[in-house]
Amino acid sequence: MSRARADEEEYWHSSKFRAFTFDDEDDELSQLKESKRAVNSLRDIVDDDDDDLERVSWSGEPVGSISWSIKETASGSSSSLDGRDSSLQKGSSSYAALPKQVSSYSLSNLFKGRNKLPSFQSLSDALTDTGVKNYAPELRRPRAEYKDYSSDWNPRDTVRRMQRGKICSLERFRSLQDKLVLLDEAVAGHDGNVITAVLIFLKRTLRREILFRELEVRQVALCHLIHFLKETGEQKLLLDLLRFLDRTEEVALSQYREHLNIQDVEKRREFLKGCIGLPFSAEDTSHIQDHYTLLERQIIIEANDRHLEMAGQSEIFRKYPRKASILNMPLVTTLFYSCFYHYTEAEGTFSSPTNLKKTFKIPDKQYVLTALAARAKLRAWDDVDALLTTKNWLGYTKKKAPIGFHRVVEILQRNNAPVQVLQEYVRLVEDAETRLNLATKYKCHDVVIETYRDLKDRIQLIAYKCKVERGSAEEDKINSILNN
Amino acid sequence: MAAHLSSGRVNLTALREAGRRELREFLDKCAGSKAIVWDEYLTGPFGLIAQYSLLKEHEVEKMFTLKPGRLPPADVKNIIFFVRPKLELMDIITDNVLREDRGRSPQRDFHILFVPRRSLLCEQWLKEQGVLGSFIHREQYSLDLIPFDGDLLSMESESAFKECYLESDQTSLYHAAKGLMTLQALYGTIPQIFGKGDCARHVANMMIRMKREFPGSQNSIFPVFDTLLLLDRNVDLLTPLATQLTYEGLIDEIYGIQNTYVKLPPEKFAPKKQGESGKDLPTEPKKLQLNSAEELYAEIRDKNFNAVGSVLSKKAKIISAAFEERHHAKTVGEIKQFVSQLPHMQAARSSLANHTSIAELIKDITTSEDFFDNLTVEQEFMSGIDTDKINNYIEDCIAQKHPLIKILRLVCLQSVCNSGLKQKVLDHYKREILQTYGYEHILTLNNLEKAGLLKPQTSGRNNYPTIRKTLRLWMDDVNEQNPNDISYVYSGYAPLSVRLAQLLARPGWRSIEEVLKMLPGPHFEERQQLPTGLQKKRQQGENRVTLVFFLGGVTYAEIAALRFLSQMEDGGTEYVIATTKLINGTTWIKSLMEKLEPAPF
Repeated sequence: MSRARADEEEYWHSSKFRAFTFDDEDDELSQLKESKRAVNSLRDIVDDDDDDLERVSWSGEPVGSISWSIKETASGSSSSLDGRDSSLQKGSSSYAALPKQVSSYSLSNLFKGRNKLPSFQSLSDALTDTGVKNYAPELRRPRAEYKDYSSDWNPRDTVRRMQRGKICSLERFRSLQDKLVLLDEAVAGHDGNVITAVLIFLKRTLRREILFRELEVRQVALCHLIHFLKETGEQKLLLDLLRFLDRTEEVALSQYREHLNIQDVEKRREFLKGCIGLPFSAEDTSHIQDHYTLLERQIIIEANDRHLEMAGQSEIFRKYPRKASILNMPLVTTLFYSCFYHYTEAEGTFSSPTNLKKTFKIPDKQYVLTALAARAKLRAWDDVDALLTTKNWLGYTKKKAPIGFHRVVEILQRNNAPVQVLQEYVRLVEDAETRLNLATKYKCHDVVIETYRDLKDRIQLIAYKCKVERGSAEEDKINSILNN
Repeated sequence: MAAHLSSGRVNLTALREAGRRELREFLDKCAGSKAIVWDEYLTGPFGLIAQYSLLKEHEVEKMFTLKPGRLPPADVKNIIFFVRPKLELMDIITDNVLREDRGRSPQRDFHILFVPRRSLLCEQWLKEQGVLGSFIHREQYSLDLIPFDGDLLSMESESAFKECYLESDQTSLYHAAKGLMTLQALYGTIPQIFGKGDCARHVANMMIRMKREFPGSQNSIFPVFDTLLLLDRNVDLLTPLATQLTYEGLIDEIYGIQNTYVKLPPEKFAPKKQGESGKDLPTEPKKLQLNSAEELYAEIRDKNFNAVGSVLSKKAKIISAAFEERHHAKTVGEIKQFVSQLPHMQAARSSLANHTSIAELIKDITTSEDFFDNLTVEQEFMSGIDTDKINNYIEDCIAQKHPLIKILRLVCLQSVCNSGLKQKVLDHYKREILQTYGYEHILTLNNLEKAGLLKPQTSGRNNYPTIRKTLRLWMDDVNEQNPNDISYVYSGYAPLSVRLAQLLARPGWRSIEEVLKMLPGPHFEERQQLPTGLQKKRQQGENRVTLVFFLGGVTYAEIAALRFLSQMEDGGTEYVIATTKLINGTTWIKSLMEKLEPAPF
């Protein structure tokens, strides 16, 4: 008995897997299926109301959990809520939009979005340089709390009190020396909350050059200030600081980041133009330049095409109306668009694919891939043919695919190319085994037959005979090969 | 309902109980009926501390989600905001308070509970809006370390890694140190502290400082933990980038586990009852809680996925047999016994049904060609093959516009496994990514570079092979079914972080000094003095308990590897795991990406 079990264990554990091997697929899958069947069949035996067992509502939320209760108690008061609660439960757009972002959106987003809410308008003013002083921790204590006030807290006690969430007056630290000791104490405590509070105080009470100079030798505090300035969107001071520190690349990136906040494309383009001269690394400079050029192109193309589409004269736009504007799309998407709508245009126009290819130095591989996908989508098989045909200086033509013909077949197949078209490219796949696989998969009989013929594989050829239609040309072909 | 917290070597129910006590005390400060307005992010973590019933006992009658606009007209005396100290949330609160109808009677009182810390900045912000005075109680609830399971604690601070390594903001480290102090108050002073990395050093310094500054914290509790091991995530950037191959790891990779819950596509969970075929197919995702309270899950979660199928099918046979027993029950006594076992059997059956369905879902993905290709490339990189060339598969994925995060994971993995990429290779990838996904991602690439995940090879030397060989990070003969080494969790790759923990326990770090020097940051050892009465006299054969704290996040596969070490017969050490956040490669990279979406409102 124990012997038998050991054998079974042996069986389960003996498989010599290295990494994930999936060749046992059927076996494992059928095991799962079998367990599932067994388990499901048990349902008939036991009570139908078994869901009560765990007291789980269908969504799986255990009854009584906090998020479940929020829904429950909120819906109880729905009557007078002008339907807000129904949205709360169904997760309709107005509700669903918020909580998801609560956990993910960055502070800078918030600052951007705020001015849409009327009650916050004054706030954005408070963020400009002049308003910043309002930001500092409470400096004058209300009379009521005065009793609690003690003037002889040293920097260490002050920091400790602040760490415990108590409000402290910092005003009493007057000399530069005192302020710096206070800052060092805060940094030593590692509590970002306190460090930031002290920094706000210093920022308000110290001359900028002194603040910068002192922070330069206090890296931790410096990082906190930079982080804080980023969050509150004090771009100007941030850039000044980074410049002072000679962190030019950061200045450039930080400035470039700003373009994301500009919705108007014309303004965005202008802004990007201004970014080109910034001190990026050499590699990044060319990317930024490309970004600007791309947007410039997109604006021209967009204006043109919108016009064309509205006029209704152009067949391609009538047949395939645009789903979205091309503005702010990545380069490759733009190339696809231009291969789709502007394929035949001369190189001189901004929207022509060859022009894009040249301007952005798009590699051959990328270009062929994108053009192929676009033309195949339009089922323009002649274009596909032309794209993959090269002529040498003697005038001979030859088929060439920098991406490999197996990829060509894949793309064409995805676009439902007819067998005749597909066959032509399957035939060009170099590796015999891959060719055979693809040909079999897509039923390109001729290619399969020819390949077996070339491999002189009589047995496979005979076997394949039963896969083609009886009396068809393919069958004749197989027979004639076999007879030779 | 919290039984799973006390199942481990350290009873974490005490920590949960301390959290509940603090919550009750706060609620009782606001006398009368209450409504809580929740920062949505907090409901998950709070759910692990308390259920609604506890709040209800303390007169919480309504609960809402925090959102701009007028608060619902609940007839309560107190409105309490439970929020993280974030400025954007302060704006929403301000909006709520300003729109409150002043004419209503009776007036409602406002309070704020900051989690985990009060923030001077936020209060100042509220003051600017002229609403600070509207709040009667402004308090903090230090939810630093939340018990997730009997051997697992997390701070669920999603931006901790970014703050520490990108912005040099050490606030989350401060919270980690605070959490450790709380832990020591409950479970005794931890006599030995080891660490590797800059952040680890900081946390240890803070702990020592806090202990010195609050001498009252000297406690007389017999220490439960023998050792604390602090590990920086940036000591091991490799592990989270690889695809986890344990059952729990794969569930997280594919569906994402949040606060022990997972949401799954409902189709496979449709209750199949006769006579109502196809009707009422659920459209909402199925939500399941995953922890060791579920016996079956505890057994299979840490297994390599390839070993899960056989366990499930064996269980199915056992359960079927158990149900068959009813035919043999003849006497009243036998029937009675059978019936008494029914609830347990039913629970086991429904648990088995769920996991069979989940395993099927996962199998669909792991058997896909793309999953296999991706994994092959990962494993090539980790075993040191062709890490210095442009990789074809990565190029293909970019050409086919696979999700950007997937691309970034692979490129970063290649970079880490090559101690940085050759400049030419790096530039090539960068160009392809920017041209295909948009130039604005230059910001994200920059963040990854700053964090050390994607970088040019500067030293001109690749240290990874030495590290790999010395720490035996790649094992060729891995046994997934019956593992004898931690490398089973990635089917060949042994997570570096866990290897460090393993080598620390035996034979000690002195044996790997050279490699430790190649990894970033200092390594150190500290001792905390114990009063003589509290010094431990170990029984023969008694295991040591080590708390491993991952600063910057830990993956489920790493947790599985540590659990595997705990269970080794001659291991001699049991592990409890703490972290700033439970992560996987996707959530981790995402936290480092520049947010590009336009403003939410």
